[in-house]
Amino acid sequence: MGAQLRVYKRRIRSVTATKKITKAMEMIAASRVVKAQRKVAASTPYATELTRAVTAVGTGSNTKHPLTTETENPTRAAVLLLTSDRGLAGAFNSNAIKAAEQLTERLEREGKQVDTYIVGRRGVAHYNFRERKIAESWTGFTDEPSYADAKTVAAPLIEAIEKDAADGGVDELHIVFTEFVSMMTQTALDARLLPLRLEEVAEEKPQGELLPLYDFEPSAEDVLDALLPRYVESRIYNALLQSAASKHAATRRAMKSATDNAGELINTLSRLANAARQAEITQEISEIVGGASALADATAGSDR
Amino acid sequence: MAAELHVELVAADRQVWSGEATLVVARTTSGDIGVMPGHQPLLGVLESGPVTIRTSDGGTVVAAAHGGFISFADNKLSLLAEIAELSDEIDVQRAERALERAKEEADASAERRADVRLRAATSR
Repeated sequence: MGAQLRVYKRRIRSVTATKKITKAMEMIAASRVVKAQRKVAASTPYATELTRAVTAVGTGSNTKHPLTTETENPTRAAVLLLTSDRGLAGAFNSNAIKAAEQLTERLEREGKQVDTYIVGRRGVAHYNFRERKIAESWTGFTDEPSYADAKTVAAPLIEAIEKDAADGGVDELHIVFTEFVSMMTQTALDARLLPLRLEEVAEEKPQGELLPLYDFEPSAEDVLDALLPRYVESRIYNALLQSAASKHAATRRAMKSATDNAGELINTLSRLANAARQAEITQEISEIVGGASALADATAGSDR
Repeated sequence: MAAELHVELVAADRQVWSGEATLVVARTTSGDIGVMPGHQPLLGVLESGPVTIRTSDGGTVVAAAHGGFISFADNKLSLLAEIAELSDEIDVQRAERALERAKEEADASAERRADVRLRAATSR
């Protein structure tokens, strides 16, 4: 076998192996998207009921709570960025990071100091590499977040928002995550969790539904006190789940195009290998023919 | 047929139970509260405790709810708990083990959780 042909054969083998791997990763990601989507769906009833309850307290009483009232001069804000632990997901992580950086820039332009909290190794690595300050970070659960994970993430954030900005607390809490729109579309977006915009919460409900006058047990303040941290946790949980689903969908897409590209590469390489083989055969034939005629000429000469 | 109210018992990551009921008893921070159809709109904070739902077909559903809220409006009652388990989902032996362990480690909240689970499981 000629040297050229051998090189092509070796490359085809290597690309075939890579294709098998990316194909497997694509299938795994595809099955995980379905699972993650199911988890998002399973967490929806809790989130809806909680939103209803928050709306009820917010609109049904004149309670003033630090978590619902806006500070006049917000000076410090917390940004929670959700990325994934592993890459191979196309632009998934860089989109989320970009969205977080835009948000940070905007907040800083408004004169706020920004504390960054990060979930996921990719985001942490990005910030560490640029030697930016991270207030706190969590890794290791981004593929399949549980409610307990959401609670651990939410705890320091709630603590920070309950403190005054002067004592190292924050006035605002923003979250940057990747919304799972469909299998093909996932968009990185930012949202303000706290202080709560009650109108916004209320809008999520169907219009024209009158809110009943609630009886609070034990009191509206206590209910709100207990309700808001749960609300934040549930929002973070939902964002974690959506991020996970988006990440798997992005991985699936990235791996699908990798598999497609590998297939194309194999086709091209096979063509080249065939051409090389043909050239080799042609050369061999011409060598034989040339040799034979030379031999014939030589014997013809000696006969004479 | 007696009046009914619609009950949704949801945990953070799943819907635990949903259906029609005639009476729901749950423990709020200020004491046990029973809700029957036509109750005034209510929003309360739940303590860790068993929740008893008397279903409209005469059965009883008991669940252990760890923290959360009860909200009632328009004959719809929602019980939101971070963790909620139906009594027949509770593994009694596991709960007993958890109770012992919690007692040894003097972990008050874990002990309470295990205790609630056991009470819900035994009252079925």
